[in-house]
Amino acid sequence: MIKIKNISKSFNGKSVLHSISGEFDKGKTNLIIGASGTGKSVLLKCIVGLSQPDTGNAFYDLRNFTEADKEVKSEIRREIGMLFQGSALFDSKNVEENVMFPLNVLTKMPPDEKLDRVNFCLKRVGLENVNKKMASEISGGMKKRVGIARAIVNNPNYLFCDEPNSGLDPQTSILIDELIHEITHEFNITTLVVTHDMNSVLGIGEKIMFLYKGDKLWEGSNDDITHSGVKELDDFVFINKVMKGLKGK
Amino acid sequence: MKEFGRYLLFLQSLVVRRETFITYYRLVIEECMQIGVKSISLFVLVSTFMGAVTTVQTAFNLVTPLVARYVIAQVVREMTVLELAPTIMAIIFAGKIGSSMAGGIGTMRITEQIDALEVMGINSSSYLVLPKIIASMIMYPMLVIFAGVCSIFGGYLVGTLTGILTPTEFIQGLRSLFNEFTITFALIKSFVFAFLIGSISCFKGYYTQGGALEVGIASTEAVTSSVIAVLLADYFLANLLL
Ligand SMILES: Nc1ncnc2c1ncn2[C@@H]1O[C@H](COP(=O)(O)OP(=O)(O)OP(=O)(O)O)[C@@H](O)[C@H]1O
Ligand SMILES: [Mg+2]
Repeated sequence: MIKIKNISKSFNGKSVLHSISGEFDKGKTNLIIGASGTGKSVLLKCIVGLSQPDTGNAFYDLRNFTEADKEVKSEIRREIGMLFQGSALFDSKNVEENVMFPLNVLTKMPPDEKLDRVNFCLKRVGLENVNKKMASEISGGMKKRVGIARAIVNNPNYLFCDEPNSGLDPQTSILIDELIHEITHEFNITTLVVTHDMNSVLGIGEKIMFLYKGDKLWEGSNDDITHSGVKELDDFVFINKVMKGLKGK
Repeated sequence: MKEFGRYLLFLQSLVVRRETFITYYRLVIEECMQIGVKSISLFVLVSTFMGAVTTVQTAFNLVTPLVARYVIAQVVREMTVLELAPTIMAIIFAGKIGSSMAGGIGTMRITEQIDALEVMGINSSSYLVLPKIIASMIMYPMLVIFAGVCSIFGGYLVGTLTGILTPTEFIQGLRSLFNEFTITFALIKSFVFAFLIGSISCFKGYYTQGGALEVGIASTEAVTSSVIAVLLADYFLANLLL
């Protein structure tokens, strides 16, 4: 479980996040949704410590990460896997080396055990026989899969995904979403997904936080999202005619 | 000035929170190979021609018969060791290696690869940059020595083949009034230049923001800034040590 408390952040005097609090449950796919530029990525970065929030804290199973000292921080970091918006694979390395990288730097596993673990994870995300391909040679969808494999290779307790299906076709998007969802349940991970894709929201959102211009306006599950009563959320959800028709019913 | 302060902070961040020695060892070796392979052919080409041109031009300027012709070789040697090999090559090194370092790290920044390292708890600046700086400081002096040899050899080839002076005269010139300190000085210069080029280029790349366009700007800036730094350092070192 991850808990955030009063997280605020501003850049050059321009406030981007206004005191966001909330909870993300273990074994569930938690979503942060909202329009472009509302501060979703900034919030995610504050939670994983890539940027320091101006105020507020993030707690990982009651451990205060934001104000932790180096040892605790690196201990928590070992339990974090992250999938980036652009996959962020190391392009000087091949698929296998990419997935193995966290094991190399975070563990002292013997080499053959590492290789087994890497192959297991690659198989889990549906990739086989691409171990020696360079990261720059594979398609966007495969990159996401490799990114997921790299994120889960060290058995994380927490998985973060920033727009896991940006730039993918709808079908591949759903496959990636479902993969994340399944992995979350299979390994009982606290998963946090940032997205603005309504398909993901309705498909895998077990717990959803809606951000609007730096404020949290709503929180709930995908069953309730269509009748939240929040105008901004309705504007976000009912974007096209088909969805509007749904609302009319 | 603010930029300079950030640069110093950047240098400090390289040495705190380091990885294990063996990690760096591997990375440094890898970088050394990269640098060597990338620049050796260009260095050979440029320095050989520089030696050749220096020989021809010195001969052209020495019209009076009062000066012995072996002096030409002496001039080539002094020019090569003091300025051409360490300084002119530094400019080429900045253009070739500096820009590729800035571009590489800049790309890693904008594609979130640096964030990925940080999330894993790695000190990305030290992990990426320190090996590059160390590798430059190992490789660049070697390349300078090599370039010096090539330059003098280029001078020898052109000088003897075109009949400007005989091989014996050339060798005589090379050996006359030789001061070993010029070599030491050249090596000191190359260490300093390698450090400047490596660190400034990585600094520019590391703080890239935006997209592919900014990566291009960062590598151009890396070359400009490191060339300026090299020339300033050249002047100060000459004042200080000669
Ligand atoms: N490093 C930064 N410096 C200055 N401003 C920033 C920085 N990072 C983000 N911002 C600003 O914060 C706001 C929120 O950005 P953020 O990237 O979180 O949006 P987002 O919700 O993730 O959008 P998208 O869905 O397009 O990814 C934007 O207005 C952006 O300009
Ligand atoms: Mg974003």
